[in-house]
Amino acid sequence: MKKQEIQKKNLSKPRYHMADNISGWGFIGVAVAVFVIFTLYPVISAVITSFQEYKPFGSEFVGFENYITALGNDLFWKSIKNTLVYTVVVIPLSLILSFSIAIMIVPFTKSVQSVFKGIYYLPGIASGVAISVVWLWLYDASPNGIFNRVLALFGATSQNWLSSSKTAMLSLIIMALLSSHGANIIIYIAALHGIDNTYYEAAEMDGAKFFQKIRYIVLPMCRPTTLFLLVTGVIGSFQVFMNAYMMTGGGPDNNTTMIGLLIFNNAFTYGKYGLACAQAILLAIVIAALTTLQFKLMGEDIEY
Amino acid sequence: MATGLYSQHLHNRSIFYIRNSLIAVFLIAFAAVSLFPIVYMFAWSFGPAIESASTSYNIFPGRWSFDSYKAFISFSNYSLKWIWNSIIVATFTVLGNVIFAGMAGYAFSKIKFRGRSFLFFVILLSMMIPYQVTQVPLYILIVKNFHMTNTYPALILPGMCTAYNIFMAKQFFQGIPTALIESAKIEGCSQLMIFNKIILPLSKTILSVMAINTFLNSWNTFFWPFLVTSKEEMYTIQVGLKTFKFANGSLLSPMMAGACISVIPMFVLFFSLQKYFLEGVTVGAVKG
Repeated sequence: MKKQEIQKKNLSKPRYHMADNISGWGFIGVAVAVFVIFTLYPVISAVITSFQEYKPFGSEFVGFENYITALGNDLFWKSIKNTLVYTVVVIPLSLILSFSIAIMIVPFTKSVQSVFKGIYYLPGIASGVAISVVWLWLYDASPNGIFNRVLALFGATSQNWLSSSKTAMLSLIIMALLSSHGANIIIYIAALHGIDNTYYEAAEMDGAKFFQKIRYIVLPMCRPTTLFLLVTGVIGSFQVFMNAYMMTGGGPDNNTTMIGLLIFNNAFTYGKYGLACAQAILLAIVIAALTTLQFKLMGEDIEY
Repeated sequence: MATGLYSQHLHNRSIFYIRNSLIAVFLIAFAAVSLFPIVYMFAWSFGPAIESASTSYNIFPGRWSFDSYKAFISFSNYSLKWIWNSIIVATFTVLGNVIFAGMAGYAFSKIKFRGRSFLFFVILLSMMIPYQVTQVPLYILIVKNFHMTNTYPALILPGMCTAYNIFMAKQFFQGIPTALIESAKIEGCSQLMIFNKIILPLSKTILSVMAINTFLNSWNTFFWPFLVTSKEEMYTIQVGLKTFKFANGSLLSPMMAGACISVIPMFVLFFSLQKYFLEGVTVGAVKG
């Protein structure tokens, strides 16, 4: 009887041993120090700064002024709109593309599969700066530019891809869609391999054809993967900075100014640290809301 | 190898082969499109080091030479040092992550210490915060408070032990049987000995994957090095390339040569360690 009670006590409350406490904190010591100095402190400091007007010696507390300025600024809304347009077009299309390619890679042998994986992954290894430098030339406005040559094949006239307000955003979207899907494809292939053969066999008994198997087996079974890629894709897309910064500088007429570029400019071009922090926190809230929304809409019956 | 998804046409070999060939043709065509920018970059990096507007340039250069590489390298006295800087920064970032994120991951998964779950929760939570939130305070901290502009520590320290790597290491170490560790303890091993003698040899793959991913990210990162370097001699290759681009926007071939210089080391790494690269993609994603 007493023994049982003692056991119950042990189970309900985790017991820590002195030795474990010491070695545990010894093992995480450096990691925690790095985390506190370079992540935790900056996050707290960002919240404080967002309520201040930054001055090198003693910043001034201004209440919600930075937030009011941010929310009342047309450019802020325009950049949110640009980011949304970019995300809404790029992420779903690239998911469909990677899913289709993964489906097409699966029927081949393991070695052929890994060759394709390697080929599709390769462009993703190049840095954003290098890729931007190359794409700047592909979009060259002269008739010699690669994209203008493609247009010429169809008899269309040359375009000022990056410097016309009609095509600038489209150019960034095409670039994102034709750049690397390697990681997404590989993750989808892994998910496809995780589907047990018996599902297909059962479906065949019922006379299911290829597209019915995709519709009723593959898509539902891949839903956790799709959700994961969707959520991480949207989060990444909302933080996009490189393409607008390197390719268009946000122009023409701020038509490609994404929220990441706007915050960067406010902070490091104009030195408005308080405003930049306020916008960054608004961005974090938007991202958190979108993530929750996606889980609500798609994740209802997913078990992990 | 066909999974059940592709079970039809198995009895009819000719249709089966035609179908697979059609798929292969499409896959190769799309691969060609997505590889085209890379091919274009390599080809034109051997083009002439002159303004392209004056020459009517084709899809590939007419005469191949190393002139543009020379032009990129002679652009700054420090062009080659940028690569060296990138190597130093990436190497120390990798060392920091493998050692400290590895140790932290082990402690979070296998040592029961006070505050463990709360601390891990906080670290997980921090992964969801966009980097724009921390960039300004971090910049003020490093540049204005610590006066560390243009130093290696400024480039290395903030990324020395990332939450993502801690998370990845923890996920992996959780799969190692606790009995192994318990029995080592009974034999009188300290936690440090257990980590060195038992855990590390078991986790060579995951640590290699982590090292390669971290190296690639560190090599390709532009934003932070751009903020904390102002002297050309401390630029990383990405910052150098960006500076070159803004200074010589009209020189096609030298820009491609610069892009090639920044990319080639990673391509060499990729072709020699492809397995780890591809594994690294799914390691973080599978558990989601």
